[in-house]
Amino acid sequence: MNDIDLDPVPAATGDDAIPVPDEPASETIIEIENLGFSYDHGKTETLQGISLEIPKNMVTAFIGPSGCGKSTLLRCLNRMNDLIDTAKVTRGTIKILGQDIHAPDVDAIELRKHVGMVFQKYNPFPKSIYENVAYGLRIQGVQKKSTLNEAVERALVQSALWEEVKDRLADSALGLSGGQQQRLCIARAIAVQPQIVLMDEPCSALDPIATARIEDLITELCENYTIVIVTHNMQQATRVSARTAFFYLGELIEYAATDKIFVKPDKKQTEDYVSGRFG
Amino acid sequence: MSNGSKERNPFRSSSKRRRRNDAGGHALFAFFTYFVLACTAYIFLDIAVKGAPVVFKAEAPFVNLGFIFNNPETLVVFKDGNGEKVRMAMSDFSEFKKANPEAVITDEHTFSYCAGGIWGPLVGTALLVGICMVIALFAGVASAIFLNEYARHGRFMNTIRLAIMNLAGVPSIVFGLFGLGVFCLWPWLPVLTYEPSGNAVATFAIPFTDGFLSFQGWGTSMIAGGCTLAIMVLPVIIAACEESLKAVPMGFREAAMALGATKWQAIRTAVLPYAKPGILTASILGITRVAGETAPIMFTAALAHKAGLPWAEAKGGGLFWVSDFFTQSVQALPYHIYTVSARIPRSEDTEPMQNGSVFVFLLLVMAFAALSISMRARYRKKLKW
Ligand SMILES: Nc1ncnc2c1ncn2[C@@H]1O[C@H](COP(=O)(O)OP(=O)(O)OP(=O)(O)O)[C@@H](O)[C@H]1O
Ligand SMILES: [Mg+2]
Repeated sequence: MNDIDLDPVPAATGDDAIPVPDEPASETIIEIENLGFSYDHGKTETLQGISLEIPKNMVTAFIGPSGCGKSTLLRCLNRMNDLIDTAKVTRGTIKILGQDIHAPDVDAIELRKHVGMVFQKYNPFPKSIYENVAYGLRIQGVQKKSTLNEAVERALVQSALWEEVKDRLADSALGLSGGQQQRLCIARAIAVQPQIVLMDEPCSALDPIATARIEDLITELCENYTIVIVTHNMQQATRVSARTAFFYLGELIEYAATDKIFVKPDKKQTEDYVSGRFG
Repeated sequence: MSNGSKERNPFRSSSKRRRRNDAGGHALFAFFTYFVLACTAYIFLDIAVKGAPVVFKAEAPFVNLGFIFNNPETLVVFKDGNGEKVRMAMSDFSEFKKANPEAVITDEHTFSYCAGGIWGPLVGTALLVGICMVIALFAGVASAIFLNEYARHGRFMNTIRLAIMNLAGVPSIVFGLFGLGVFCLWPWLPVLTYEPSGNAVATFAIPFTDGFLSFQGWGTSMIAGGCTLAIMVLPVIIAACEESLKAVPMGFREAAMALGATKWQAIRTAVLPYAKPGILTASILGITRVAGETAPIMFTAALAHKAGLPWAEAKGGGLFWVSDFFTQSVQALPYHIYTVSARIPRSEDTEPMQNGSVFVFLLLVMAFAALSISMRARYRKKLKW
């Protein structure tokens, strides 16, 4: 995909206020700075001054108790919250690939082509498997059969679904199992080759075996994609993510390498939460 | 178990009265339900028993084609030389008199519209309903999409929605008067014609033809009637479309938008296809409703009698023909039923036309309802998520 509206990545500047401990040298792809977000025209802030940097081609996990704003933050990253009339960013900026995504000349439609999303409840269209994966390309105007075929196959291979469905691409997607449907949704998201894939509890509706497959898939995908995943499953965060951010009541409490968060967090709240002693 | 167990039954009814009241309520509700059912069944059976002999017959092709495919005519009833009663359509009667000039004819009566068939009214109703549905579907689907997908859910929008829904309760005669005022009498509606009427507020000669674009109103015409019916059925269609749109999971819209679809692309490709079955079934039910309305078309479109069919009557060529076609008045089945039942004395001579028309109408309405139900059942099975 060619970047149309987004500028190329500038060199990450080192003057940021947030200390990023034991950070391995890696390019930053998303920079969130002091982000405030409100669902009610700014009366109450659901996100209160979040600052964090997400490294490229790695898996970053968002954890935290229910209602702390993980999904809200995730949906800020591809401006899905624009769909809610009363929602509004109250302060701060989000830069993706160095570009402020709320700048007036940024088209949310273009942004979403670069920042894909996989939802909690798998939601394939009631179309064929093929048409589901091809959907994103079709609405972007790709019509050439060979291009579509290639893209569909590549996406299905990458999402580890190709072997299971290659003989029934024309069948309805609703005939697949839950885990297969979720992998299909991942295939649909990566078929348009975004740089970033946001996943909001992608395994919460799945059984352990399907979950394991998706986790393997996420680990593989992070070679080519930057992945941000929201999860309630602590083991899942330790298994798939390189870095973890812990949120509580709309604030970022701690953000560090996953090992550190789970073994020796700095904050008491984090420790209580990850050890299940949350009160 | 022994007798003693009766005493120990822990589930024994504690109050006879409560049980009696419950049983009484049950019986009462059941009675009213069956009463309503019996009334409806009686009406339908009565219509079928009286109407079927007019519409069907014992020999092949089993349908009385003359009744379906002929236009209504005046019925002549007289006694011939032997004092026997004879019924004839007016056209046959003239032939008969010409053929036998010295035939004895006594006790002659005529009844308007009671001979022949109902082809004209059937065609007229089909045209009215067709025009109505095309307009109502476009406007209805568009408004439903706006209300459900684009409009912010504020107080203002809720008021608008409430206003639209309240239109559904407005008596149809009010729509009739509204349609008369707007579509028939308001002079700023354009027609293409060769002879502009004297009421025209503006006429423009169209170059290279003898015709004019004349702003003279549509008059009593099928387009005026169709528009009136469309406005009447719009609230129903909008409500049904909104329901169908709401039934499409939010996830489809989100998935489409997250893939970089614009709002309209998402609606077109990920919402409308799955709302379509609901919209279609609702519109078919809408058809059965508007097909039966008499009041809105009485002033705006319908004629009790018209000699020719609409396409035979329209004059001119090209767009002039189209304009002339849509601005002529038509016969309509409900209005025909009203005329033959309410304005013609009921007697054994006029009853066949009355019963037959009502029976055909009932069959049509039932056929559409059945179509709608079966379509819904089929799509329910196909589209599940
Ligand atoms: N569409 C919305 N309109 C108004 N308030 C919302 C909306 N979505 C979420 N909220 C509120 O914002 C807060 C954060 O919600 P969010 O969905 O981000 O939590 P979460 O961390 O994802 O929780 P969970 O783990 O349960 O998914 C909650 O208090 C919630 O009530
Ligand atoms: Mg959530």
